[in-house]
Amino acid sequence: MDPLLLQDTTTSRMKPAIALEGISKSFPGVRALSDVSLALYPGSVTALVGENGAGKSTLVKILTGIYQPDAGAIRLADRETTFPTALAASRAGVTAIHQETVLFDELSVAENIFLGHAPRNRFGLIDWKKLNADAKTLLNRAGADFDPTIRLRDLGIAKKHLVAIARALSVDARVVIMDEPTAALSHKEIHELYALIERLKANGKAILFISHKFDEIFRIADRYTVFRDGAMIGEGLIADVSQDDLVRMMVGRAVGSVYPKKEVAIGQPVLTVSGYRHPTEFEDINFELRRGEILGFYGLVGAGRSEFMQSLIGITRPSAGAVKLDGEVLVIRSPAEAIRAGIVYVPEERGRQGAIIGMPIFQNITLPSLSQTSRSGFLRLAQEFALAREYTSRLDLRAASLDQDVGTLSGGNQQKVVIAKWLATRPKVIILDEPTKGIDIGSKAAVHAFMSELAAQGLSVIMVSSEIPEIMGMSDRVIVMREGRVAGRFERSELTAEKLVRAAAGIETQAGGGAA
Amino acid sequence: MAKLLKNRELLLVVAIAVLLAIIALRFPAFVAPSNLARVYNDTSILVILALGQMAVILTRCIDLSMAANLALCGMVAAMLNNFFPGLPIPLIIFAAMALGGFLGAINGTLVWKLNIPPIVVTLGTLTIYRGLIFVLTNGKWINAHEMSDPFKALPRLVVAGMPVLSWLSFLMIALMFLVIGRTPLGRAFYAVGGNPHAAVYTGIDVGRTRFFAYCLSGTLAGLSGYLWVSRYAVAYVDIAAGFELDIIAACVIGGISIAGGIGSVAGAVLGALFLGVIKNALPVIDISPFAQLAISGTVIIIAVAVNARAERRKGRVILKKAEAV
Repeated sequence: MDPLLLQDTTTSRMKPAIALEGISKSFPGVRALSDVSLALYPGSVTALVGENGAGKSTLVKILTGIYQPDAGAIRLADRETTFPTALAASRAGVTAIHQETVLFDELSVAENIFLGHAPRNRFGLIDWKKLNADAKTLLNRAGADFDPTIRLRDLGIAKKHLVAIARALSVDARVVIMDEPTAALSHKEIHELYALIERLKANGKAILFISHKFDEIFRIADRYTVFRDGAMIGEGLIADVSQDDLVRMMVGRAVGSVYPKKEVAIGQPVLTVSGYRHPTEFEDINFELRRGEILGFYGLVGAGRSEFMQSLIGITRPSAGAVKLDGEVLVIRSPAEAIRAGIVYVPEERGRQGAIIGMPIFQNITLPSLSQTSRSGFLRLAQEFALAREYTSRLDLRAASLDQDVGTLSGGNQQKVVIAKWLATRPKVIILDEPTKGIDIGSKAAVHAFMSELAAQGLSVIMVSSEIPEIMGMSDRVIVMREGRVAGRFERSELTAEKLVRAAAGIETQAGGGAA
Repeated sequence: MAKLLKNRELLLVVAIAVLLAIIALRFPAFVAPSNLARVYNDTSILVILALGQMAVILTRCIDLSMAANLALCGMVAAMLNNFFPGLPIPLIIFAAMALGGFLGAINGTLVWKLNIPPIVVTLGTLTIYRGLIFVLTNGKWINAHEMSDPFKALPRLVVAGMPVLSWLSFLMIALMFLVIGRTPLGRAFYAVGGNPHAAVYTGIDVGRTRFFAYCLSGTLAGLSGYLWVSRYAVAYVDIAAGFELDIIAACVIGGISIAGGIGSVAGAVLGALFLGVIKNALPVIDISPFAQLAISGTVIIIAVAVNARAERRKGRVILKKAEAV
């Protein structure tokens, strides 16, 4: 049966606990959700599936009152409602349990559970006895047996989840959203979470379960909804679909044609990384990067790609591993040494790690190149302007003046400033971490075109990206990482979206990743 | 006009001019050139200190120990002069600056290597440096007659119509213009304060940059120590007690963002001058010393509010532009 056309009969007579209808939401330059619907039923787990950027987190933020939809309606038990604030959503019985729990480390478990609605005694003061006793009861219902008076920071991440769930029970939540709840959990803890979800189901809660891991989805979910590019692609019962169906719905689209990838003669190896490992973040990273090559690093968020890159440029230290640049052994102890050697890293979080807001554009660009532009310890502003002008014009930056604050530029133009900053150091290897995340389509195309141009000029590019079309459209080769290890290597010719998703999510089937 | 008001330095110049005009309505003598020169000279030490503090605040840190550093270096300079009256004055100044720089380096090292919050580090060293003066002197004062005449005369020596004290502050302003505006270190101050995470990726060592900012503020505090002690011809444990707050106030009034990354040499100088004019004018208008403190405090809060508003307005402009894309 085609899942896209699946008519769901078993739950159609049951009323949803909450339903979103025709929800649209746009941000400047980006349409995050267009006309999506989602229904969550009491006593049922719905898995929300989609690539990064499919609009899952925007939807969660609308459900929890953090964003307001531009169009569409929220129905709560058949009554149309709005969630103007996070508090309104919480009062209506919608709670979210996030990947990183949003609780207070310095407060006790019981205080965390009852924060904002603690039981009062007749003097209007907090009734501590009742608070702790009620907390104990709720913890028991959540399947936890620890003392509610201990401080939250003494608990591990799994137990913090239990506290978050107890809190959800305390406000009598009807809808529980779990956003990648297992990301930080051990194998045993995940099984405890499954048991807990079963209990929540038995209590009639409607559960939205967001995960990239297919084994989890098929283990715990009753229903599924697939999002792609901000639109709902399909929904139905898990029992009626296979993993392959879901993967196809997630990625199914034409790719490749819109990407301005140039055919470049790949040259000699420039960068060789062997045996890179870190005690907690990644291990056994080996690869070669050649001249003129774009090497894609694909994986789920948290697969250890950025952590490895940061270690490669000397922000963190690996516990073992060797790097060769142009055949010579290189020891990188700091980002300054990496820049000097010709390896630069354009970080993922543009706001936090990229542009320095409040500083003029030209100063942002010349920051890592000051040794070039200054003479005998003094800056030469004319040289700085010349360098900044050269690279901003190559990137087609639109700004009134190079003297203006970077903060006044749009996201896409800020990204161009950050890339110009690194190109101005004349690197041999450039590492781009999520180079087009959160920027508008026009700027994306410019960044891709420029990336292609760079490779054509003989630069070697490492592109970390969680967007399959970008990875497939731009890479000569792809390395897939999963849980800190290399999970697959693919040549451009053998790339398919399904292979990438399988390797990244760890789906064990015939078409895995062969070693390249 | 709106554009003019956005330029904080210009706004401060206007504020100082308005202030002077109001005072001149009742006391025309206050704005006589000779008196203005006197007011400037009186503010010179604050100007020098504000320059050092500015460097530290730009890197998103703070130096509460500057006044204590000044007092300790001033005392050591006075003691050197007392024990070795023959010691050349430039050597004493150099010693005071070196000691100040060393004390600043202690602050910087604690912030850099031990990662202690700057406010805690300098609150601690503030007490230690003051305490050290007592340990050195047993609480004794060094009075005018225990200092040599050249030691006391240098700051007052008039060269080309201005006292050396004023000239030294001009020299420091010029040097700071160079360091802040024309050296990679100055640029790094802004980068570290503006976005420490991004600074790391561009190869700037955040801790080391802060260390140098503290060395700079310490050195300027050391110089100010000599100037203070020789100008007022007395050294004791409590000189310049509480002055650290005036220094920070001058920076804040001058538009140096406490959050780091924003500010200019001109702003720091004008902030100090604004405070200097108020402090010199209030006694002339016959306002009680207690009311003077309250007025100074009010001015500081107004300045911070104006700066905060300016930054918020800037934020809105970004959003509108982002929407227009």
